[in-house]
Amino acid sequence: MSLVIEDPRVVEFDVQTDEMLVNMGPQHPSTHGVLRLLLRTDGEIVHECTPHIGYLHRCAEKIGENLSPPQYIPYTDRMDYLAAMNMNLGFALATEKLIGMQVGQKALHLRVLIAELGRIASHLVGMGAYGLDLGTFSPFLYAFREREIILDLFEEACGARLTCSYLTIGGATHDLPEEIEIPDGLASLTGRKPGERYPFLEVLEMFLQWLEPRIWEYHTLLTRNAIFIKRTAGLGVLTREMAISYGCTGPVLRGSGVDFDLRRDGESIYTRMYEGYEYEIPVAPFAEAPREVIVGDNWCRFYVRMMEVVQSIRLVRQAIPRYKAAAGTHREGFKMNTKLPKDEVYLETECPRGQMGFYLVGNGDAAPLRLRAKSSCFCNLSVTDKICEGVPLADIPAIVGSLDIVMGEIDR
Amino acid sequence: MNIDQIHAVLLERFGQSVVGPEPKRAIDPWIEVQAESLLQVSRFLHDDPRLLFDHLNDLCGVDYLEPDAKKAAKFGHEPHVEVVYHLTSMTHRLQLKIKVLVPRWKDGVAGQLPVVPSVSSVWGIANWHEREAYDLMGIEFSGHPNLRRILCPEDWSGHALRKDYEFPLEYHGVRGR
Repeated sequence: MSLVIEDPRVVEFDVQTDEMLVNMGPQHPSTHGVLRLLLRTDGEIVHECTPHIGYLHRCAEKIGENLSPPQYIPYTDRMDYLAAMNMNLGFALATEKLIGMQVGQKALHLRVLIAELGRIASHLVGMGAYGLDLGTFSPFLYAFREREIILDLFEEACGARLTCSYLTIGGATHDLPEEIEIPDGLASLTGRKPGERYPFLEVLEMFLQWLEPRIWEYHTLLTRNAIFIKRTAGLGVLTREMAISYGCTGPVLRGSGVDFDLRRDGESIYTRMYEGYEYEIPVAPFAEAPREVIVGDNWCRFYVRMMEVVQSIRLVRQAIPRYKAAAGTHREGFKMNTKLPKDEVYLETECPRGQMGFYLVGNGDAAPLRLRAKSSCFCNLSVTDKICEGVPLADIPAIVGSLDIVMGEIDR
Repeated sequence: MNIDQIHAVLLERFGQSVVGPEPKRAIDPWIEVQAESLLQVSRFLHDDPRLLFDHLNDLCGVDYLEPDAKKAAKFGHEPHVEVVYHLTSMTHRLQLKIKVLVPRWKDGVAGQLPVVPSVSSVWGIANWHEREAYDLMGIEFSGHPNLRRILCPEDWSGHALRKDYEFPLEYHGVRGR
């Protein structure tokens, strides 16, 4: 049967490809957990990218209305489970602000030490997993090797590796141990005998000495890798205005060139922790960036994280002698049934992924009337549909991965 | 600029009927804004060169209700719903909390969601925060481009963070409780 076409435009219409809906996730390995992306594509080009979330919703806010703050600490672990220590800290500080408590010097420096270690551990996963997204496996193994030692140290400090519940209202649940068995990983890396015992802080110093030069090795693996630059530079560009309007925080905001870090610009109850510490806040643009890089692209977000690890190492180094010298207790008393005043506070802290906020409304009971956890990743993720417009399908994991999201925190 | 000065700027532009005679005192003091004028006030807060509140930290709802009749006398609040906005000015390093107070149900009819103007045209992130507040707290945001549930499934019934929310007995054949 022959087809007669009278109008030549019909042919044009016929060969045009239809738009296709592609479902990515919620079990896709490069969506970092249970994120579902609905992509409307024309051939390989994505016209629309709609994130669907909620698969990990565990009613954390509703649960909080029935528990007193110390009971709620374990639930904060399970929000950003890659940076549980920082989540604990944010919630503990919010509660302290509500009841008007100020922790002592020892607890203060202990918190800096632990929170910055948590930041290093979290950024190591961020770096490793981003490598996986882009199809390179080795950075992931290196990152996890290093992170394992931090988790071992956390285990020695509080007994848990991921869901630590260590930093709590009034300080930390335990003081740091005096002497520990050197973690197996660190022993084999530094040529020491497994099972040997050293003071905790000495092991920590050993680890930092091992870790610091490795960061520069990662730069050769990823940051300066020609393929990595091709996949990240100039892609997923988030402008400064859009980053602010969409509530992006943390490395995503600083990668877009906004110089804002709550450790310096936050409320006094939080910034007093970092008083007297010397550190820099890495903000795009970077002088050492490759030519192709644009402020606010994937590369900048990734590089901010890498540079933050270096700064966190500096902070931990400074915290060690301060913690040693500080007098007092690691924990002020706080009773489980302490009645919360009829008042309300909102406090944001600088977590590895951005500004995590807790809003507490007390009403004369031990349990708050309302507990709101504002997630940083939630806001960071909301820009995906803006920065994924018109990119090839293969770049979606590169862009979403650069936001470094954790679904536990988004869905709460 | 402290809260009193910010309030004075708002008072001069909008008058007492919109922003109240003075800010409310608390650990974080706040300003109550009338629901009808919320969009204009938000736009002003965002654009005025003295304020430039360009960053919406958080938007959430709070349900003031004590479902237990025995405790209700001691509760100390009239039943109502608050929508709380936490703002930051990146330029001036200012912080501000504004609130909109609405009845728990529109016209007092249970199930009719109270209406608050959407500010998603002012701050991009309000789009998702308002969807969450609608989903969990049951507040309707008029003028929102896409007011759908965000955390719960589309066919979920009820709004879980309401104090009188009843947990469902079953959902698609899965037993609750």
